[in-house]
Amino acid sequence: MDKKKKRSITRGIILALLAVAIGYTVYTTITKDKVDVLKVGAEAPDFELVDLNGEMHRLSEYKGQGVLLNFWGTWCEPCKREFPAIERQYKSFETQGVHVLAVNIAQSDFEVKNYVKSMNMTFPVTIDKTKSVMNAYNVTNLPATILINKEGKIEKIVTGEMTEAQIAAHMESIKPE
Amino acid sequence: MEKIICECGHENPVGTKICGRCGRPLTEEEKQKKILDMRYDGIAIRSKTHNKSIIDKIWNFFSSVKVGITLIILNLIAASIGTILPQEFYVSVSTDAEKAKYYEDMYGAFGTLYYNLGLSDLYSSWWFQILVGMLAVSIIVASIDRGLPLHKSLKNQRVKRHQSFMKRQRVFAEGAPAAEQGKTLDLVEQKMKAMKYKVRREGNALMAEKNRFARYGPYINHVGLIVFLGAVMLRLLPGFYIDESMWLREGELRAVPGMEGYFIHNDEFILETYDNEPQGEQLKQGVNVMAKNYQTNVTLYKQQEGDLPGQTDNLEVVDTFEIKVNSPLKHEGYAMYQMDYGLNELKTMKFALTNKASGDSLGELTIDLANPETEYVLSDNTRVEIVSYLPDFSGFEEGVPQTASPTPNNPAFIFRMYTPEKPEGETSFVAIQQTLEPLGENAYKMSFQGVETRNMSGLTIRKDKTIPFLFIGGMIFMLGVAIGSYWAHRRLWVEELPDGTIRLAAHTNKNWFGMKKELDAVTAFAHLPAYVDQAETEKEENKKEGDNTL
Repeated sequence: MDKKKKRSITRGIILALLAVAIGYTVYTTITKDKVDVLKVGAEAPDFELVDLNGEMHRLSEYKGQGVLLNFWGTWCEPCKREFPAIERQYKSFETQGVHVLAVNIAQSDFEVKNYVKSMNMTFPVTIDKTKSVMNAYNVTNLPATILINKEGKIEKIVTGEMTEAQIAAHMESIKPE
Repeated sequence: MEKIICECGHENPVGTKICGRCGRPLTEEEKQKKILDMRYDGIAIRSKTHNKSIIDKIWNFFSSVKVGITLIILNLIAASIGTILPQEFYVSVSTDAEKAKYYEDMYGAFGTLYYNLGLSDLYSSWWFQILVGMLAVSIIVASIDRGLPLHKSLKNQRVKRHQSFMKRQRVFAEGAPAAEQGKTLDLVEQKMKAMKYKVRREGNALMAEKNRFARYGPYINHVGLIVFLGAVMLRLLPGFYIDESMWLREGELRAVPGMEGYFIHNDEFILETYDNEPQGEQLKQGVNVMAKNYQTNVTLYKQQEGDLPGQTDNLEVVDTFEIKVNSPLKHEGYAMYQMDYGLNELKTMKFALTNKASGDSLGELTIDLANPETEYVLSDNTRVEIVSYLPDFSGFEEGVPQTASPTPNNPAFIFRMYTPEKPEGETSFVAIQQTLEPLGENAYKMSFQGVETRNMSGLTIRKDKTIPFLFIGGMIFMLGVAIGSYWAHRRLWVEELPDGTIRLAAHTNKNWFGMKKELDAVTAFAHLPAYVDQAETEKEENKKEGDNTL
């Protein structure tokens, strides 16, 4: 009787391990395209970029404050639509410890400066000339917005256009107390 | 659990066909047989011993050979369906809509059906993975279920077997030795040892055995298969498998995707062709030019230790490489392959500032499309300002020119031209084959002079840490196949009865011909009674019966 019980337990364990292995395989292949390395709750990869005014921005220096990281390009229409809303929310949240950092994907200084001027953007805009920050954040589609909380952890990843209400809610969620 | 107690007193688990100790047949079915089923040496296959809890039921399902074979066939069918049309992986379009269109354009209604059924991405579908997973479970469970008891039974073999076991072996003999009576067992031992058998004796019984390991062949190749499947699964874990692609234009410096801290600069892309007159197959297929070489010369850079993404001030040159087809860049386990190329993308555009009436030029300017400047000064009071640059002009929206992409496919500019004649400036919109003067008639124009182009390389970055595991799995598999196919497990049992009669039986799991040759040798040497191959006599009897019915 005892032996039989033991055998059942062994079998159960073997089958359970195999089921977990298969489950993991299926799960990762299905979700592979969506999120690769970057996960909500994980440490946001640190980076350093220079903005159009020549000022250096290192993500880790924003620790203790919230950061809305926005990847964009001049050709991206949804980016263009959401910028005015981001600009307005930036103005109201900047004093509450939530910063906006826009990262352009490898375009020329001329194009970016011209665009920023015509869109009246006042938050810091950087250019990821070598696409290394884009790779680190695994950005494939624009716009992509990463919300980073005061601990430097990723609070939320948004791909695609956001409404002004969403932007406000996202910024509220990473507001340091 | 109930046990079957053999006449010899040995307790066998339920389901045992042949007593583990003396070899008596235990089931009615076996007792009726002339020759015992020696496939697993008569052991109780574990799954057949209990069939009670849900765990046992699942276990038994996977242990079944029928289920195993069904799974193999299903896997083969599914895998071959995936080869009917190219998988999405090989189709170089990105969005779902483009993919759907690709399959429709290329393969018509069948293509659409194939795509909609998800067969175009079959190998990463959940059901295919589950199918492969179930096959793996079946292999593992069936191996445990049969391999372990078989191992136990082979390890605990008795020298002396019961008469009913001996009589039911395929090769059997009974009779008095022709000569040297009384020394028979010694002679058998001597001869069998000479033929590299392991000989054990117990009283008046002898057992000779060789190549027992051949019985483990199938289990070894199952282990190989599992290692192989495990290695394939390992690819899904982060860091084990990287397969990334990138476009790199000449003169560009880019971070290498999947290769943290590395940057690559495209020094030059080279496409060489054979300059022969088309002939033979070339003419038949209408190919004018044949490529001889695709090559990208690159410089690989590495960040300093501790540098972050975005920091490119302290890059260190690793080396320069010539990446050619079949000759990838190799560095630290990464390989970078030449996969694709694009020729003649616009790099610079040259314009002359000319007077429309006289055609006189006030000077030329060359605009680097990847990095245009705000202002080009031609002389003290002549300059051209770029008001707007659209690399891929796609039309106007509320009077504002738009760009569809960051690539200079269709560059357009808004220029502001300052000349001694018009110091306040004139505005001109210039696109390819199109000039607009939105703020009124101008005296000057930007006349197009020419372009410079550059090429781009499509590179693929791969790293596969699972290759050693795949290799080991494959080797284990081959080892198992070799062991299982080239060696045969041979056994001979001999017993000298008190009256001097010799009773012997032999068994092998394959190649009876070879076994018989050795039996002939030992029969001659030890003057044993002639043996009978009961399978052959059985066959002959059947034949005769068959003849009678005619």
